[in-house]
Parts: sequence; C-alpha cells; structure tokens
Amino acid sequence: MDIFIQQLVNGLVLGSIYALVALGYTMVYGILELINFAHGEVTMIGAMIALAVIGALLGAYPQAPALLVLLAGVLAAIPACMALGYVIERVAYRPLRRAPRLAPLITAIGVSIVLQNAAMLIWGRSYISFPPILPHGSHTVLGAVVTDLQIVIVALSILIMFGLTLLVERTRLGRAMRATAQSREMAELMGVNVNTVISITFIIGSALAAIAGVMVSAYYGLAHYYMGFMLGLKAFSAAVLGGIGNLAGAMLGGLLLGVIEALGAGYIGDLTGGFLGSNYQDVFAFLALILVLVFRPTGLLGERVAQRA
Amino acid sequence: MLLTGCGQGKNTAANGVVIRIGSVVPLTGPQSHIGKDNDNGARLAVDEINAQGLKLAGQPVKLELISEDDAADPKTAATVAQKLVDEGAKAVIGHLNSGTTIPASRIYHDNGIPQISPSATAIAYTAQGYGTAYRVMANDAQQGKALGQYAVTKLGAKKVAVIDDRTAYGQGLADEFEKAVKAAGASIAAREYTSDKATDFSAILTSIKGKNPDLVFFGGMDPQGGPMSQQMKRLGLRAQLLGGDGLQNINFLKLAGVDAEGVIASSPGLPLAAMPGGPAFKQKFEARFGPIQVYAPYAYDAVNVLVAAMKRADSAEPAKVLAELPKTDQAGVTGPLRFDAKGDIAGGSVTLYRVKNGAWVVLETVK
Repeated sequence: MDIFIQQLVNGLVLGSIYALVALGYTMVYGILELINFAHGEVTMIGAMIALAVIGALLGAYPQAPALLVLLAGVLAAIPACMALGYVIERVAYRPLRRAPRLAPLITAIGVSIVLQNAAMLIWGRSYISFPPILPHGSHTVLGAVVTDLQIVIVALSILIMFGLTLLVERTRLGRAMRATAQSREMAELMGVNVNTVISITFIIGSALAAIAGVMVSAYYGLAHYYMGFMLGLKAFSAAVLGGIGNLAGAMLGGLLLGVIEALGAGYIGDLTGGFLGSNYQDVFAFLALILVLVFRPTGLLGERVAQRA
Repeated sequence: MLLTGCGQGKNTAANGVVIRIGSVVPLTGPQSHIGKDNDNGARLAVDEINAQGLKLAGQPVKLELISEDDAADPKTAATVAQKLVDEGAKAVIGHLNSGTTIPASRIYHDNGIPQISPSATAIAYTAQGYGTAYRVMANDAQQGKALGQYAVTKLGAKKVAVIDDRTAYGQGLADEFEKAVKAAGASIAAREYTSDKATDFSAILTSIKGKNPDLVFFGGMDPQGGPMSQQMKRLGLRAQLLGGDGLQNINFLKLAGVDAEGVIASSPGLPLAAMPGGPAFKQKFEARFGPIQVYAPYAYDAVNVLVAAMKRADSAEPAKVLAELPKTDQAGVTGPLRFDAKGDIAGGSVTLYRVKNGAWVVLETVK
C-alpha cells in the first residue's frame, strides 16, 4: 500500500509540472488555435537563465542564503521568459496571423529549433547541474516519502493554477481573453485590443514556463539544452488529454498523465508477470491519450468548438 | 589558399611515402571532450613515431593522422568511414562509441582495412567475425562479469535490481551483469528500463524499493545516473548503486552532487597511475594537450600496436598488416597488449572505484 501511495506522490509531482507547462499550450491554443511548439523551449530557457544567475551569485557570494539566491534566479528567469514569449509572438506568429494555419505551425517548430541551438551555443552541450542549495528535508506520509521540494512544487503549481483561473474568470483582462477566444473580430468590434490580449497571453504563458523550468531543473538536479523537447511534448499531450483550450482541462490532463505514467511504470511489470516491462511506460501514457481521444475527441473537459464562419 | 591546399593531396612527401591513418571520434556534441582526448592520444603516438623516423621496406615513411568527426552518431560514422576508405586510409584508429564503431566496422571489413578501437566496449563489435576489428580495451562481457562477481562476493548482495537505458552499451552491460550475478548465486529482484534521455526514475525506483534489493545496478551513462542516485536517496532506497564506465567520470560526480557518495562504478583497464607507462604518459600528454579525460592512453597504444604490426610486415599494405596484428605481443602504456582470436584484448582488466569525499577512489583491479 505504501508503494501505491509513493507512486501516487511521484505521479502528482510530475503531473503538476506537466500541468504548469500545459497551461501555456492551452492558453495560446484557446485564443489563437495555434500550437506553440516553442513553449517547451521557453521552459528550457527559463531553467538555463535561472541556473546561470544562481551559479554566478554563488560564485560571487558563496555564503549567500540559499533561498535568496534561488529567488534571484527565478526572478531573473521570469521576466526574461516573458520578454522571450512576447518576441516569439511578435516575430514568428503575428505576421502570419492571416496566413493558412499550417504556416504558423511551421514557424513554431522553427522557433523551437532556433531556441534549442541558441541555448546550445550559449550554455554548451554538457549537462548543467543544479547547485546543492535546496533543503533536503523529507517527511513520511502514510509510508511514502515526501520531500519539502515536492511539497513546494505541488503547492506552488496549485496556487498558480488557482490564480490563473481567477485571472481569466474574474478580471477585466480575463474577460477580454475569453472574448478574444470566442471571436477575435467580434472582440475587436467591442473595443478589445486583440493584439495586446494575445501578447499578454504569451507573456503569462511564458512566465509559467519559466517557473516550471526552474522547478524541473531543481527537482531533477540538472538542465540541458534539449530538456524542453520531451517536457513540451508531454505537456502538450496533457493539454490534449484534458481538452486543449480549456484551463481546468490542462491541469486535469497534466496531473492525470503524471499519475498514469508513474503507476504504469511502477506496476506494468508486476501485473503482466514480467512480460511487459517499464520500457512500456510511455506507451502506457500515450495509450491512455489515444483511448480518451477515441471516445472523447475533444479531450476530457474540452467542448466542441464551433467552426468559425 | 587554394594553391597551397593542392599539395596536400599527394601521397609522397619530400622525405618519402606518406601513410594515412584515420582517427574517428566525436569532435562535436556532448561527448566531444572525450573524442578530442582520444584524437590527441593517437596524435601523440603518430608524432613520436614520425620524430623517431619509420622505415618500411627500406624506405623512410611518414604517418599522417586524418581526424574525422562522427558526432557519436551511427549514420555519420558510416559516412565518415566510407570517406576514409575513399581517401586511401591504410588503417583506422576508432571509433569512440560502440554505437558508431559497429556500423563503421562493416565498411572497413568490406575494404579490408584494419581497425583498432581504443574505447568501444560492446561485445557485438568483435563478435561479427570480421578479422579487421580489434580493440585495446576490455569489453562489456569482461566488465559486466567483474561487476557481477564483485557485487555478490565482495559487496555480499543477495537480491539485485537491474536497470538499463536500452542503448547498445547499457543493455549489453546490464545483460552481462545479470548473467554474472545469477552465476554467482544471487537473485534478480527486478529488471527495469529507462531511456538515455529520461530524467525521472521515481516510478521504477519506487517499484524497486518495494522489492527490497540490497543493490541496484544501472547500465547507462552519467546524465541518467546522476539524477538516479539523487532520486534513490530521496525515496529512501538504501541499496548500493553500482554502475559501469558510463558513470565512472567527473560529470557523474557533478550531477549527483552529495548523493554520489558511496556509489561504486567500474572502468575497463587499470587506473592511470597504476598503468605501467601511466605516469610517464600523463606527463608527456599533459605537457602538450592539458588534462587527460579518459581514453587517451588507449588511443596511444592503439597506434603503437598498429605501427608495430606494420614494422613486422615491413609494409603498410592492409592485408599484410592484418596478417601481423594477431601476433601482437608488446608492452603498452595501459598494460600488456595481446589479442585473442576475436580481436579482443587478452586478459583485459577492470578496475572498480567508489566515490569518497566527492572523488573517485580506486577499490581494486580485477583481472
């Protein structure tokens, strides 16, 4: 039983990181119906910038308090990624807004390749390790080991998701975002500055990506120029699983994908008597995705989007 | 520029015949520092031989080392191998990785060119029966066996969990380890898999924890091994982590941080300080190229083995050199160099290391 709880904890931590990245995909899709494939790379850039700042600070002030150094890293990564998100939208997507839908998809992949290679040139090809400044505390809950870092990751993710939901549901900006998502032309006629709304969407999504990037590198203890690719792919799948374009769906999809992966990898070998091993972990996760899409093509919480006239 | 470049294509130089030897390693990519290290080792040997003056069939000859980049990629490796063949290379030192050495070995075999790899350890490389493929380092069978026996007899492991990264290297090493563990009388509690791109191992480690093994073996490289040792500690999995030469490097220490402490890993061959020619080689090498990464002494030995065979054949003709290579019996920097019937190093040794106070410390060398 304690093993089951432990796997659930593993899955929830992984899932909340997926969910945070998935929110970025789903927000952009909700408004532009564009899959921003560069989003995973923004996560990576966030991790890299935070690590560079943390490394430089620790080099200059080895005795600096860990929390302060970490905070400085995060506070450097967030505005940098926000700026990056804005620039990506401005340079790669806005000029193509009236182009066929395949065109921005291709520039999205292009931006992702450019960012990967830029990161490779700036930070090199080796794995960068996260300095050991994080607390190592852990607790035992129902027989499962839960570390302080895991608690922070899950709590922070839930807090951010809650805040984002409030922003979209309760504020003027949120209303403008929802209006733009429903119909860009109509929102424009009602006096909404659509370009600003879209820019802000990218900026918010990129800020979330920066936080997720720092979380991932802190949790796994490393960063690498290629780390955004797989994370982006998984988070995108999570967004589709939950219903792309739907905020609650992205959260649900992320958490669910994380838990399915953990339980799949943990139990598939024992359940099949060793016939299938943990090498089928990803197969398991994507099988769940396919099954959901077969029976609910819009994802778990997605609604059918009416074809625009 | 163009005019001066023309002269390089000629195969006769002022002081006699030029013999081209290929050196293939990843010169770009995440393993480029190890690749450059091998290339420097080979270059040191070539320059020394040229300085001493080499005579074949009464004529002075000059060796020319052609360095090529395979980017640690099997497809590029085959392309580069063909390029070397087309350029008339008489022999090849390389490649660095098992995954690149194996596809390239077919091309060298088809063209009858001798190939000596300093560092490819996968069993499959010399198991193809090519007669052109040699290596100067103990293979994964020898390493896996040494690790398995050490785990059971010295560390007293009774229940062992095995994880591999599904690459030719990781899986091969894990399979050999598993065989040796079973032969030594311990049981395999779990066999789990990951990939060479994964960073999250909590699910498989939790599953392993439920089976209570006293040792976890990982067949794979440091980018996975580092986070894995951290996640083991985090999950309270107190089993000993054991790995192969993929973990036995500086990068692993960096990535695992404090959790590297106590991890045991092996590396083929002797530690540099214990090699018969190790300290002298280190001095020579570092005066010219800077610190040794890992395999440079093996690349140096590979060149010397090749040239010794050329001297015995009194020719650089690949067919004649190939006839002489099996008779190799000489003292190298890394130890005695003799080949078995397959082209593997005979009596290759494996050294085990443990992380102590953030550095790798030699435990023992197993023959």
